[in-house]
Amino acid sequence: MPRVLLIEDDPSVREGVGLGLRRRGHEVRAAETGEAGLQALAEFRPEIVLLDLMLPGMNGVQVCRRIRDTSQLPIIMLTARGDDFDIVVGLEAGADDYIVKPARTEVIEARIKAVLRRLSEPAGRPSVEFHGELAIDRAGLTVARNGERLPLAPSEIKLLLHLSASPEQVFSRQQLLEYVWDHSYHADARLVDACVRRLRTKIEDPEGSPRYVQTVRGFGYRFGPL
Amino acid sequence: MKRFAPLGLRTRLIAGFLLVAAISALTTAALAYREARSAVLRQTQDTAVASMRDVLDRRPIRLPYTRSTDLSAECRDIARLAKPHPWAVFAEYGTMRASSGNSGTSTVITPELRKAAHEAPRAVFQRVVKDGTPYLTFGMPAVMDYRGERIGTGAVFYGVMAMNTEQTTIDAMVLAARDGALPGLAISVIPALLAARSVLRPVRDMRRAARRMGEGRLDTRIEVKGRDELAELARTFNETAGALEASVQELQQAEARARRFAADVSHELRTPLAGMLAVTEVLDEDAARLDPDTAAAVRLVSAETGKLAHLVDDLMEISRFDARAAELHTDEVDMAETIAKTLERRHWLEQVHTDVPDGLRARLDPRRFDVVLANLVGNALRHGGGPVRIRVYAEARPGGPWLLTEVADSGPGIAPEVLPHIFDRFYKADAARTRSAGSGLGLAITLENVRLHGGTIRAANGPYGGAVFTVEMPWEART
Repeated sequence: MPRVLLIEDDPSVREGVGLGLRRRGHEVRAAETGEAGLQALAEFRPEIVLLDLMLPGMNGVQVCRRIRDTSQLPIIMLTARGDDFDIVVGLEAGADDYIVKPARTEVIEARIKAVLRRLSEPAGRPSVEFHGELAIDRAGLTVARNGERLPLAPSEIKLLLHLSASPEQVFSRQQLLEYVWDHSYHADARLVDACVRRLRTKIEDPEGSPRYVQTVRGFGYRFGPL
Repeated sequence: MKRFAPLGLRTRLIAGFLLVAAISALTTAALAYREARSAVLRQTQDTAVASMRDVLDRRPIRLPYTRSTDLSAECRDIARLAKPHPWAVFAEYGTMRASSGNSGTSTVITPELRKAAHEAPRAVFQRVVKDGTPYLTFGMPAVMDYRGERIGTGAVFYGVMAMNTEQTTIDAMVLAARDGALPGLAISVIPALLAARSVLRPVRDMRRAARRMGEGRLDTRIEVKGRDELAELARTFNETAGALEASVQELQQAEARARRFAADVSHELRTPLAGMLAVTEVLDEDAARLDPDTAAAVRLVSAETGKLAHLVDDLMEISRFDARAAELHTDEVDMAETIAKTLERRHWLEQVHTDVPDGLRARLDPRRFDVVLANLVGNALRHGGGPVRIRVYAEARPGGPWLLTEVADSGPGIAPEVLPHIFDRFYKADAARTRSAGSGLGLAITLENVRLHGGTIRAANGPYGGAVFTVEMPWEART
């Protein structure tokens, strides 16, 4: 069971979520503030971070950016529905997914599992594929551009692996929500858009239009054609 | 009573000014014409009569005339002394008739004039128009002075004088009056326009201001100029606008406070609920090991926590609609797929029959449309009963195609008294106010979601019983 770092300022949520997750066998460390959470990172070495966006002092978005500066640790934001703007900002800051509070423990655990899940490997393919300047290692879950390894967050690498497994095939944003995030078909497609934007800043040439992850207006996204 | 087609204020003002100018010009011209004309004529006629009198008085009259040639000679002599215009002289003496011309009698002299001339021993005159020419005819009995008394001699002389010159003068006066009146009328348009402008500008300002107010800009005021009635009206308008703005502002503030309160309450409820909901599983799992009463209490708390969370979620959603903070995130989707996914996620595929054309794509917010459809189908299954039918079709309308989604159930339908309130918040159909499975906000949220797409929703009973909800949305929802 994964080790979960929960950064949440409200005691009842901290306690309730901690209790529920421990009960399901997770090892949970709870931090009250962003600063305490960042300190716990090195020592606790969590596999996933549950991060409340509304924190006193250093807020969730800042904590998220700080974590992304140094690691590609999976991050799930805890938000309240309606704080739409926060969700977008949080996703732009590098969060992989979000959970709307209040949520049952089974929902929280399902999200954790979905983010940590490895995509099933397409059979009979070489572990490393080359697409233009990109080298995608499906087994090692690493991506390099011109030989330089790119720091990709879990959701980013999963999206890239999914799209590149079927080059030139168009996936709707709803399909990507289902396949890559294990969300429902009708979930918030801004999750996909934010992830595509983050991915593009890392793999695409900043000048010119995207080569690898292309938008097909009215339909969705596809990988290539290169 | 038939009313005249309304004319513009400007037209009416100009017409009024023109009318007044025309009436005054006409009246002035008519009076002046009449006076001038009679003065001209009188002068001519006085001159003529006086000169004839003078001629007659100064001439020694050799009575009696025995031959008509003498009388004719007399006539010619008198005619030579005509003043101010040449005149023809006719004379009557007993049965004798003579004239200065060739004909013995005049066709212009009327019997009345002759009668009057014979009866009175003084000059009489008459104006006659014959063949379009005006004539002055005058009769003058020749008198003799007998011991200071004037005695008629029986001879009467008539003068006939054409008054063409006078007619020309009078015609010239008419022309002058007309030529003077026309520019006068034309010039009167200028003050008319000025007056119209001074009235119309405040009226136009006020109309513009009223329209702006109607558009919701309640801070609209009019610049008040002068102290006339229109300025008074503008001042009243401003005062009314101010009062209106103040009361609307007050209402808006009260409404905003109420909404913020609802939003704050649900927000505040959410945090404790987040903790509680996370541990309901723990309660459920351990309830089996507790004594029956405690177990029942624990299960009750767990179940109600879930419902409370759902209610708070719906409250948050509706407060976002009220605060106009709800956003539409549209995507182009395959309708058959999106509907199938909604049903599949809730395990309704078996109970619902769908009629959706293949390959039908529309632009909408998938999450919100899922909420709409899930609410309608959920209601249909709960209150109406299966089979539930979903029909999706397109309809051509002015401005583009619309997407229609029909959800029909096979239940008893909706009572007529309930229909108008079906989308009200927390509306409970039966008086007992039993709590249904939903929050009581489901259809209200459905309505708001459809409205956000620029559409409408209708509830009715089908021809064969059963409730039918029809969602109508533009094919491409605008964000």
